[in-house]
Amino acid sequence: MIVKKYFSTFLAGTLLATGFVSVAQAGKSDDTLNVAIDRELESIDNYYNTAREGIVISRMVWDGLLYRDPKTNEYLPNLATSFKWVDSKTIEFDLRKGVKFHNGEKFDADDVVFTLNYLADPANGAKPARNVNWWKNAEKLGEYKVQLNLKKEFPAALEFLSGPIVMYPNDYYSKAGPEGMALKPVGTGPYQVTSVEPGKRYKFKKYDGYHAGSPKGSASIGNIVFRTIAESNTQLAELFSGGIDWIWKVKPDQAKRIAAQGAFTTKNSSTMRIGYLNFDAMGRHSKNPMNDVRVRRAIAHAIDREGIVKALVQGESMVVNSLCFPSQFGCAQDIKSYDYNPEKAKKLLAEAGYPNGFETPFLAYRNRDFAEAMINNLNAVGITTKFEYLKYAAFRDKVQDGGAPFNFGTWGSYSINDVSAITSHFQSGGKDDYSKDPEVIKQLGIGDTSVDPAVRKAAYKAALSRISEEVFMFPLWSYNTWYAFSKDVDFNPTPDEIPRFFTAKWL
Amino acid sequence: MLYYTLKRLGLAGLVALTVSFISFGLLYISSDPAIAMAGETASDADIEAIRQLYGFDRPILVQYFDWLQRAMSGDLGKSYYFRTDVSALIAERLSTTMTLGVSAITFAIVLSVPLGVAAAIRPNSLIDRIALFLSVMGQALPSFWFALMLIVFLSVSLRLLPTSGSDTWQHFIMPTIVLGYYAAPAIMRLTRTGMLEVLSADYIRTARAKGLRPRVVLFKHALRNAVIPVVSLTAVQFGFMLGGSIVVETIFALHGAGFLAWESITRNDLPTVQGLILVFSLFYIVLTFFADLLNAWLDPRIRIN
Repeated sequence: MIVKKYFSTFLAGTLLATGFVSVAQAGKSDDTLNVAIDRELESIDNYYNTAREGIVISRMVWDGLLYRDPKTNEYLPNLATSFKWVDSKTIEFDLRKGVKFHNGEKFDADDVVFTLNYLADPANGAKPARNVNWWKNAEKLGEYKVQLNLKKEFPAALEFLSGPIVMYPNDYYSKAGPEGMALKPVGTGPYQVTSVEPGKRYKFKKYDGYHAGSPKGSASIGNIVFRTIAESNTQLAELFSGGIDWIWKVKPDQAKRIAAQGAFTTKNSSTMRIGYLNFDAMGRHSKNPMNDVRVRRAIAHAIDREGIVKALVQGESMVVNSLCFPSQFGCAQDIKSYDYNPEKAKKLLAEAGYPNGFETPFLAYRNRDFAEAMINNLNAVGITTKFEYLKYAAFRDKVQDGGAPFNFGTWGSYSINDVSAITSHFQSGGKDDYSKDPEVIKQLGIGDTSVDPAVRKAAYKAALSRISEEVFMFPLWSYNTWYAFSKDVDFNPTPDEIPRFFTAKWL
Repeated sequence: MLYYTLKRLGLAGLVALTVSFISFGLLYISSDPAIAMAGETASDADIEAIRQLYGFDRPILVQYFDWLQRAMSGDLGKSYYFRTDVSALIAERLSTTMTLGVSAITFAIVLSVPLGVAAAIRPNSLIDRIALFLSVMGQALPSFWFALMLIVFLSVSLRLLPTSGSDTWQHFIMPTIVLGYYAAPAIMRLTRTGMLEVLSADYIRTARAKGLRPRVVLFKHALRNAVIPVVSLTAVQFGFMLGGSIVVETIFALHGAGFLAWESITRNDLPTVQGLILVFSLFYIVLTFFADLLNAWLDPRIRIN
């Protein structure tokens, strides 16, 4: 942000060292959890918002047909009481009776058919497109029975239907549209929206009429207020002065100081986001050292992932060896890994014809400190970099135009617990695929279209093994998020980085 | 005076047009707006759809003149991000920024002009030293540091003021002090220098020799002349406060026009950025224009020249 990063440490240190921290109990006393978010949301209509905070609100205000238990990753019935695959491209759902939207509208098959057909129409521009472009249409089979017709086999359907795809009230949305929904959202979820000040503040109230059969369970905290406070130091000051009860994305050094002080609860959770190096294996940039697998392997051995995780990434982050997050379906773990071994790296470079190393451009768009640590590792084996640190839009432009032999990026998989959300995105021959390896593309194609879990797992393992063997991309580590909140709050983070406030309680 | 006014108006219009064209070009050169709008998780299909939907695939000059034509008729377009009218969005945010700007410039004037005058009347005295000290501090303190220190002491420690937000007048006290104090040193030093120069002028000596009361000499004859450059400087400082209060607005979560400008640049919300640049440049132009007129009124030599 605008304020220098190091100043955060100073402020936290000043506040804590001078004993200024005295915890206010305002939130609990008026049954209102005050939450700080760091960005202005474009809209809180679930389908016109890609921000993570928007996803958090979506889980509070709306429900999907299914719900994935974040602990067991099991798909549980929510607005649908049951489902069955009629064939590999057709799913039938029996819907829950007695559910009402926040405005009193009855939930039935008309709402599901309206929502799914609205989303399937590209003219409506729902985003991200990959969330909504895999089915053809939905049909009403009865008042509480619908059928979803897929365009092609799409085994990750249940994952999407248990997360980003939520149901809208057909009568209300057909009149209000995205603009009306953004200002006065209506769902079936455990919280209803009572006030929207676009970009600034959102107020929620526990929905007393929430359906009893929901696997989400009824909310416990009566009111929640989201306030946009862009500056992390101000968030911290608000936490200390009692204006805010809950913050996240806390910097590791701040989190440690807050934890040591003892006035607040701090928790850390690994997230689905992983870091990676993407190599120009096929020479898209130009003929360059990364075209040689020995160089790519040398770089894999040169990066001290364990050391960087321990010193910089910290928290519950871990080194990842497959190009996916371990909890994702199909993310095989028993594949080739690369230990930190600079001598082996030098030897491989010499074999590849670079006994004295070489100079190469290197791009990144976030975590400059991590990138610089890797540059140091590379320098140690003789590889020097012309480092460019860019804004995301410029980074993506340059990467997709083949603007550098390798880059450091990260990917959060949209919190979709399936390998298709990451490995298939990068290695299926698209613009981000720097290797375009026919075998990898073939195996990912099988994994992405088969509905047999065993076939999918085998195909993804084959693809991930080849990616690792050839080092088309080099997975680095998972990311983590620090949370800090009032000691009055019982809150448990989940690895999908979607705080579920409907499970939070006052202590 | 009429010729002078028309000439200044014509120049002001050209400045606004040039600023809008340069900023439009720079925004397009910096990165692909479709990628920035689609966000980090967007697929190629998302980006392409946005590119076509918003017409980013058209030549830049076509896009600029299209925007200019609509802007001339008062339509600043729709925000790519918020999907609302840019003019309504800017108007809503400007109310916060104007409140902050007016209170900050008032604070700066109330603090700096009397101190500058007092320092000039008694050069090298204690009051002059205090004025110098405050002036140096105001210039040297980074505003983000000063803002956070105020928060630490007045909000977190003493619990006297709310930390952030814009709900009540109390929310504006700390931002006003930070923003006003940043502008005060320049006004104070210029007032002091101007007064020192004027007080040693022949006509002041003559006024004193005629037996006029010191207050009349000071305020009617000296200050009126000394304040001419201060008026121009204050206009510029006020313009800066309206457009450049990004740091203060961010730290105090004020959601004003400065913060909106910063956020809109980072997310390539071109219509909003263009609208804000137009509004900010118009502010500068109008303020400078009125400062010129005021100076011409205060000093007839300016309009004759």
